[in-house]
Amino acid sequence: MAKVEETLKRIQSQKGVQGIIIVNAEGIPIKTTMDNSSTVQYAGLIHQLMMKARSTVRDLDPQNDLTFLRVRSKKNEIMIAPDKDYFLIVIQNPTE
Amino acid sequence: MEIVYVYTKKRSEFGRQCNFSDRPAELHVDILPDPSLAANFIDKDPCDVSIQCTQEMSEHEVNTESFEYETCGINHVEGGWPKDVNPQEMEQTIRYRKKVEKDENYVNTIMQLGSHMEHCIRQNNAIDIYQEYFEEEEVAEEMDEQPSAKTINVFRDPNEIKRTATSLSWHPDGNRKLAVAYSSLVFQKATKDMSYDSYIWDIENPNKPEMTLKPVSPLVCLEYNPKDSHILVAGSYNGQITYWDTRKGSQPVETSTIEHSHRDPVYKVIWLQSKTGTDFFSASTDGQVLWWDIRKMSEPTERLVLDPSKKGSLDNALGAISLEFETTMPTKFMVGTEQGLVVSCNRKAKTPAEKIVCTYSGHHGPIYALQRNPFFPKNFLTVADWTARIWSEDIRESSIMWTKYHMAYLSDGCWSPVRPSVFFTVKMDGTLDVWDFLFKQNDPTLSLKVCDEALSSMRVQDNGRFLGCGSQLGTATLLEISSGLCTLQKNEKALATAMFERETKREKILEARHREMRLKERSRSEQSKEDETKEGEGEESVEELVAHAEREFFEIVEAEMKKWVKDEKQKQDLEKEKGVCEEKEP
Repeated sequence: MAKVEETLKRIQSQKGVQGIIIVNAEGIPIKTTMDNSSTVQYAGLIHQLMMKARSTVRDLDPQNDLTFLRVRSKKNEIMIAPDKDYFLIVIQNPTE
Repeated sequence: MEIVYVYTKKRSEFGRQCNFSDRPAELHVDILPDPSLAANFIDKDPCDVSIQCTQEMSEHEVNTESFEYETCGINHVEGGWPKDVNPQEMEQTIRYRKKVEKDENYVNTIMQLGSHMEHCIRQNNAIDIYQEYFEEEEVAEEMDEQPSAKTINVFRDPNEIKRTATSLSWHPDGNRKLAVAYSSLVFQKATKDMSYDSYIWDIENPNKPEMTLKPVSPLVCLEYNPKDSHILVAGSYNGQITYWDTRKGSQPVETSTIEHSHRDPVYKVIWLQSKTGTDFFSASTDGQVLWWDIRKMSEPTERLVLDPSKKGSLDNALGAISLEFETTMPTKFMVGTEQGLVVSCNRKAKTPAEKIVCTYSGHHGPIYALQRNPFFPKNFLTVADWTARIWSEDIRESSIMWTKYHMAYLSDGCWSPVRPSVFFTVKMDGTLDVWDFLFKQNDPTLSLKVCDEALSSMRVQDNGRFLGCGSQLGTATLLEISSGLCTLQKNEKALATAMFERETKREKILEARHREMRLKERSRSEQSKEDETKEGEGEESVEELVAHAEREFFEIVEAEMKKWVKDEKQKQDLEKEKGVCEEKEP
């Protein structure tokens, strides 16, 4: 568990990182650095998006699978690293 | 009539099984035909009976019960907590979370994802992958296409005896119609069978002219009124001027009287800029330029005789073949003559003598086309003999730019209304030349053979893209030129201005130089006359020779001094002249 904490701390210390959320397969946020309401919002919405993206990739080529999803918007970038059971969401403000 | 059949059965026999037996046929009812009933009917002869010989088909409709659905969003408030955990209770959720965190799988997964994520984060921080490069540089649109022109439509003279298409005029609104004047300009070639008609063509329909104009004498030139697109005015072969209203039909609305019209074919008619929009003027080879008002065609409102000696006599007059009028300069106009002179005139002059301001010479033959550059009104184009020349108003002695001498006679030309450096010319060998002097000055940018016979007239449309050429056998061809030749290039105006100024300056310098040389010649010829008388006193004594040499020396000095004084005076005169000229040309 300490290793997990260490990793998250390392990520948090990177330049521009605004928040980290770890969500499980059911959409429950396990760990978060942001406030509850936005966490829940992010978790729910991104979960759906991630499902859709993954199914798209697999539909196009069944041998293929989604490894990473980046959503870049005007204000920031949302990076989602999916796995079978959990996924890690990081919101970063890319510095110019 | 009632038909009744009675059937009886015994009660005791009810319910018994049916015993079927055969029986011969019995006639129960016989209704005989009653001819008297036929009187109620009428025989229908013939009978319309429709028969169909198709497959029999039937149509059925099916409608399922409509399925109602509505769109609504889901508000995801809280994730899929397992049943035993109550999401509202903090304790339970924390406990659950802690449990998950202890899971080994969780730890491994997060480690892996974390390293991956870090990589991407670092990537983001290192470089902005969506940076826009070359944001400020405009994409330069280099149109490298070859200049080209293609024929869109050909309108042929429907008559058997072909006449020359001497003049074309585009409809002012929308350019959908083209009016073409047909006549035979060869002296006495007109036979009795030759039709006098001229036509208005719709450019979409080359098979049949949209409207026929039936004048009394063949039309040599015609023009649409730019203010009123229904009115056309035309000058005819016998010198009369006629005008049509297209709403009123093929016959002219009014014709000018023979006594007051021109004595020779009217070669050019141009509409003037006036409040009423009904003024125009015409030119003919009889030496007169007449002004008319459409409302009063019985006689011209004004008359000008093109007499260069300014005496107003018709005998000396130059025959006018083309006219030029620019609406931006309403007081001036120019006339191109048969003799090759361009006469610049002032409309507002008080006496006829003052009307003719100056002449430009340089051509060897009649000037068939004369037009000011729509962007640079000080420069005008003349098309005559085997060349086309560009002139500047200030330089009288010669043109500032000219094309080389071609093999065939040039018969018409005009500037492009959209590009200041492009102009078109047509030749007697049937070719159309497009010149772009910013691109190439020695040769036309595009030379296109339109037809085998000579081309006699041309007119470009206001958008600069389409142009019509008329040929000797009466075919009018509609051409479209490539977009490179009809879109204004960047810097074109500035470059053209610079070009014109440069050429004008060159000519000015040449003119000044010529003047100087002429002066030198004159004074030298005077000098040589004096020398001849002195040479008589030849061999003498040395003293006398010395005295002679001294005298000669002083004479030369005197002559130089005189010349110097004369030069100064000339310069002053020149400047005074220039001052006067500038006053006259506002």
